[in-house]
Amino acid sequence: MFTDFDKKELTGLAFLLFLGISTPFLFSGYRIQMAELFLFMVYASTWNVQGGKMGYNTFGNIVFFGVGMYVCAATQIAVAFPLSEWTAAGGYKTFVHTPQQYFLGIPLAILLAGIVPAIIALIIGSALLILRGHYFAIGTLGLGIASGEFATSLEIIGGGQGMTVPFWPKIAGGAPHAFLGGGVNFFFTLSFLLFLVVFFFLRWLYKTRFGLILTAIRDNEDKAESMGIPTMHYKVTGWVFSAFFMGIAGGIFGNINGYIEPTEVAFAGATVGVFMVLMTILGGKGTLWGPIIGAFIFQLFKEFFWTYFLGWQLVALGALIIGIIIFFPEGIMGMLRHKYPALFGEVVDEEARLAQVTINTDD
Amino acid sequence: MIKILEVTDVSKAYGGVKANEDISLSIDQGSIVGLIGPNGSGKTTLFNSIVGAHPIDKGSIKFNNEELSSLTVDQISRRGLLRTFQQTKIYGQMTCMMNMKISKKLTGKFSDMFQTIPKEVEEEAEQILSFVGLYQKRNLRAGELSFGQQKLLELAMALINGPKMLILDEPTAGINPTLINGIVDRLIKVNQKYNITLFVIEHNMRVIMNLAQKIYCMAYGRILAEGNPEEIKNNKKVIDAYLGAAH
Repeated sequence: MFTDFDKKELTGLAFLLFLGISTPFLFSGYRIQMAELFLFMVYASTWNVQGGKMGYNTFGNIVFFGVGMYVCAATQIAVAFPLSEWTAAGGYKTFVHTPQQYFLGIPLAILLAGIVPAIIALIIGSALLILRGHYFAIGTLGLGIASGEFATSLEIIGGGQGMTVPFWPKIAGGAPHAFLGGGVNFFFTLSFLLFLVVFFFLRWLYKTRFGLILTAIRDNEDKAESMGIPTMHYKVTGWVFSAFFMGIAGGIFGNINGYIEPTEVAFAGATVGVFMVLMTILGGKGTLWGPIIGAFIFQLFKEFFWTYFLGWQLVALGALIIGIIIFFPEGIMGMLRHKYPALFGEVVDEEARLAQVTINTDD
Repeated sequence: MIKILEVTDVSKAYGGVKANEDISLSIDQGSIVGLIGPNGSGKTTLFNSIVGAHPIDKGSIKFNNEELSSLTVDQISRRGLLRTFQQTKIYGQMTCMMNMKISKKLTGKFSDMFQTIPKEVEEEAEQILSFVGLYQKRNLRAGELSFGQQKLLELAMALINGPKMLILDEPTAGINPTLINGIVDRLIKVNQKYNITLFVIEHNMRVIMNLAQKIYCMAYGRILAEGNPEEIKNNKKVIDAYLGAAH
């Protein structure tokens, strides 16, 4: 699994490892942006399983993100305090977790933040993945919007008012955020680790029959079925994987953000939901590295505009969408593949291309 | 003779159009059977019904004595009844070799999903690609092949799946005349060497007359005639509806 990296991949991976390991020491002012970058890579890479590899353009992956965020926060709270009291207090009353309570809650919360969305993906996937093309895209779009509205009406998770996530614990008498270098370091590290897990998992997955069959479904689903492939199993399983990792990403992001609001933060279809699609298209759909490259460029672009041209960022985002569609319809990886096919292991054997096909009837 | 496929009183309508009406036919194991008829006579509809691509309105379809009408397309395929398409369906973005690897038969179990494809499959794929004349093209993207070459690839993909019976929708359409002889030769070898039953739609009369032991002729959604090639050639109804006086 770790032995078959070529030079290009090793360089890319070394760069990402450098960013991940050095950020807390060298760029500690940018830890939140860097955590967001690694989470962006997770959003885009997991969206790519459906949108890129399989050709099923989903706007519904944001649902798993939001559910994961709520489940994670709710579990973190519920290990120490009644959830309803927490949300009813609306931030006016301070609940403080002891370090023991906090760190008992975190692993359980992160695990549930993956499992609950995965189960939801299994259930709704079995129904929705019968739809194809535009119908599937629109079906999933409805799902994202409905989830936000549903969360708004649930009192136990704070309804439209939203809910806070537990504060980073502090030791009696110590300064806030001093414990273990503070929550930012902790959740940055979790984001980075999640990215690594997702990267290696997808890299392995794409090399198995599963990965090949996802591409087969994209290229010709009718053919795949007629060759005996139970395509529905593959589609649903792929969505379950994406949902699991998106849920965990949501859980981590909720903690970084500190505050969960149903439509703007958790089920943020218009921002995160669109970003993940854009990043993947920019980098190159259907490739392992495309979403990662796309996320990197997108985050640079976003930070630049949000910092220096605040107020114009949505205009810039619109321009970026148009630019991507016109200049990079197949993304950066697609463009490189056209220009340098040999780099991507594609055969440029003109002889084979021009060869006449003959059948020797003597053998 | 053992019947591998038995179609009994099958009807299928699209809205008001009766594409198939009370079709009954049977195919002996190990034989090559042809299906001819004018365009729009319901041949492809019948093929689609047999492989489960759409539900039938009435009747029964049995493969190896098992009723197929309640099974899905992929389940029917895994039982060894495979079809190729009139308009080729291949995985265009992938190489021919990958197309072949994916087509290797699955058990349908969950554990199929996460295997890496073994080396032996690649060797078998190379042999079958050589068999249909595509060995040299194995590393090209399937979408780059010409239509005729894609037809050959479809045949190769079907063969690596190890079917008991193959349903071929116009295997020589769009293929240049020199290659047609090669394909006929390969289909006969597939039938004799691998004991695969063939059911073939074909408009090239020379091909089907040489290939098939038995031919059904369809017109207006019904079976018009059946018999050996000689009988079909001389059947007045077939001449009037399809062949014309020239044959």
